[in-house]
Amino acid sequence: MSTLHTINKSPYTNNVINSCLKICAGNDAILFLEDGVFSATESAPAASELQLLINEGVKVFALINDIKARGLEEKLARNIQPIDYDAFVQLTIDHRCVQSWY
Amino acid sequence: MQKKILLISRHAPYGNSTAREALDTALAASVYDQDISVLFMDDGIFQLLKNQHSQFINQKNIASTIPALSLYGIENIYAHQNSLTERAIGIEELILDDIKILSNDDVKILLTEQDHVLSF
Repeated sequence: MSTLHTINKSPYTNNVINSCLKICAGNDAILFLEDGVFSATESAPAASELQLLINEGVKVFALINDIKARGLEEKLARNIQPIDYDAFVQLTIDHRCVQSWY
Repeated sequence: MQKKILLISRHAPYGNSTAREALDTALAASVYDQDISVLFMDDGIFQLLKNQHSQFINQKNIASTIPALSLYGIENIYAHQNSLTERAIGIEELILDDIKILSNDDVKILLTEQDHVLSF
């Protein structure tokens, strides 16, 4: 069964995204929220690694409220899907487990 | 109903209470006859080091609690190989000499087998 990985830390001050990417499996999903949305920009440090996972079937989302709050809407990477709180709830239902990387 | 529950402990001991809370949760859950696994990764690896003398900072020793896991019937205790390597820690430096070492791919499989994951 698949896992939803949530990341709420900036990739510029915290290495947590690399831990997540190492053990994220093909049908898992990743959601960036809070300061984690800084990983959802075109120029984010792990952008190329994220693309590799997306190619393997991993779905990547970012919480739109946190993106807008930080003025990142124009910078959002095209391969990352913005979602609202209701869709966040749905993601937690669609995946059996949630691993929070904090 | 018995469920498979994985606790992932990713933070160093003593700096905050996260590591202690993970162990307390594991011990409490074991009382309810659940199928518990514990995975140490990232800075959580530091909980496993020998020679911890936490009395110098007036805290209870984490390393004395971890061996108690097996007394509570928690036999599935894992350490993440990559996290060990990054921190230059050898298996011989760990308090548990029978701990199971998992690769990235092993962790992926472990996650797929669980009913619940608890993140610490």
